Amino acid sequence: MTVQPSVAAKTERLLNLVIALLSTRMPLTKARIRAAVPQYQATASIEAFDRMFERDKDELRELGIPLVVDVVDPLFDDDQGYRIDRREYALPEIEFAPDEVTALALAGQIWSHASLAASANAALTKLAASGVELDDQSIVGAQPRVSTTEPVFEPVKAAMLARRTITFDYRKSDGTTSTRRIQPWGMTQWRGRWYVTGWDLDRQAERVFRLSRVADKVTAVGRAAAFDPPADHEPRVLVRETESVPIDQPPAILRVRRGAANLLRRRARTIGEVDDEWSLLDVDYRDEQDLAAEVASYGVDVVVEAPDAVKTAVITLLTAARDRHTSGALSNAREEAP
Amino acid sequence: MSARPQESATARLSRLLTMVPWLLAHQGVDIDTAAAQFGITHEQLDADLSLLFVCGTPGHLPDDLIEADWEDGRIFLGNADAISRPLRFTIDEALTLMVGLRALAPGASGAHQDAVNSALAKLETATGVAGGVASRVTVALPQGPESGVLSTVEHAIKDRRRIHLRYLSARDEVTDRDVDPIRLVTLDAHWYLEGWCHRAEAVRLFRVDRIESIAVLDLDGTPPAAALAQDPRTSAFVSSSDHQAVVMTVTPGARWVAEYYPAESVVDHPDGSRTITVRAADLGWVKRLAWRLGGELCVVSPPSLGAAIAAEADTALRAYAVPAPSVPPAGEARP
Repeated sequence: MTVQPSVAAKTERLLNLVIALLSTRMPLTKARIRAAVPQYQATASIEAFDRMFERDKDELRELGIPLVVDVVDPLFDDDQGYRIDRREYALPEIEFAPDEVTALALAGQIWSHASLAASANAALTKLAASGVELDDQSIVGAQPRVSTTEPVFEPVKAAMLARRTITFDYRKSDGTTSTRRIQPWGMTQWRGRWYVTGWDLDRQAERVFRLSRVADKVTAVGRAAAFDPPADHEPRVLVRETESVPIDQPPAILRVRRGAANLLRRRARTIGEVDDEWSLLDVDYRDEQDLAAEVASYGVDVVVEAPDAVKTAVITLLTAARDRHTSGALSNAREEAP
Repeated sequence: MSARPQESATARLSRLLTMVPWLLAHQGVDIDTAAAQFGITHEQLDADLSLLFVCGTPGHLPDDLIEADWEDGRIFLGNADAISRPLRFTIDEALTLMVGLRALAPGASGAHQDAVNSALAKLETATGVAGGVASRVTVALPQGPESGVLSTVEHAIKDRRRIHLRYLSARDEVTDRDVDPIRLVTLDAHWYLEGWCHRAEAVRLFRVDRIESIAVLDLDGTPPAAALAQDPRTSAFVSSSDHQAVVMTVTPGARWVAEYYPAESVVDHPDGSRTITVRAADLGWVKRLAWRLGGELCVVSPPSLGAAIAAEADTALRAYAVPAPSVPPAGEARP
């Protein structure tokens, strides 16, 4: 709570600065800005004010507020000043028909996860502030929702928007991991999974990466605006081509307890009954890790007979889950809990 | 509610710059409606209005300041011409709406599709550069399943009929239920039916591809008013205080668990891990989640659940001839 007053004071200072710069036609020199904002008047020295103003200026620009630098008087062009162009600042007036408003509300509700849902809400509120009346009760039919649960979604999206190169460790479907360096051109969700598409700098080719196989640490390297994605780049087409290749590996063989794992049974190519307790299933799969996670989730009810790679992955998952919940680990967790 | 870090001054400024034009466009709005619109408490709104009240144009004499009056529970704002229009969309704001609209277009029917496309065109004009960037993110919403289940459900919703389902539940059991359908929802690759389940006496989500058979009953299927009023964005793994509390910690890689299942509380730790409390009637899904996540999730309480996760994982591992651990699972009697 001790930080509260300074946040309020800083908000007040920034708001007064925005209002001052929006209210002026002529650019304001730093001296006039200092006189115009009470919190700047209170600074101890010109230097202290300068430092504070420089930081504030950067923060306003990060919010997307278009701060322009201009000469105050054409006759003395060494005298620089600042202002905010109202037309550049304001959301243009847009009129929407009622059915367009319904579509907008539906589009804004698609995002089911915190950060994007907040941005969508902020956008819809700006429209409401601009006089567009949103009535989300009018929504009928199916409500689509999209999640962005992959931990690397945000850093990849930020790098893609900033057009910065990223590096990360990537696990292929055969389990091997390698460090990749790509220019992220686009992102797409297809069949419930997020992908990033782009130019692989080491392989000098277009590549597709599934976000759930990207290791947690994504590092942006080099400057922003480092590349321009080709205008004809279609992430979805690239993903569909890459992910639609026929499955060319033999199916996994799973031993499944009678009456259990009904979703796996529905997908099975063949089901044979072993005895009163067990069935044997042939199940096609693309990704060893995905299948292993599904098998592990059934606990004692499903056992992998083949291939070894899936078997090993299941053993790794179950061992980790067991060890995390054995008495030593548990008492540590209790101590960490508040 | 999740414990949020202290709000930054820029986050607050950005809310105020939207709040002022919104209040100007909704003069006399009551405080509760305004607080709900911005997702803040009554106290925060009060603090925001008090802050606006002392800001204004240079000079800062009484005539220069923003006028704000909210004493009788209704908010009136004035003298805020400089910031009477909302700020342009940020890239993220433009992105969320435009990607959402583009995703809706292919599935929409004729007239609806025109509305989606014209709204998109207007947004593109208004947002300029940001619109071009947004086109690089795409979402392919799932196509409807081949079965007749979807159209049957759509008709039942329209005609307010109760339906009977044979449903393969998340517990891996086939169950019979009578359901008053509320709406259809897609989440990522799957279609769900949200409805009032008479068996659970609660709102439940049913995955459409797990519905084994469906029949429309000759009974009124109007869901209870309270069920209809629920926010469509909350998941139907509905928390209820009658159910047992489960406390778990997850690694940074499994933080999504808190967003996927409605959590009673979420505490973020400095290392990126989270402690999540959920209420669950059926503890089976927690066990399955723990095995699937292989150690990224640790059930802290109840201890018996953690012990069951360890013991059953151990039994499952014996099928692969993996030796038992040197430390016995928690809760198991030591020799």
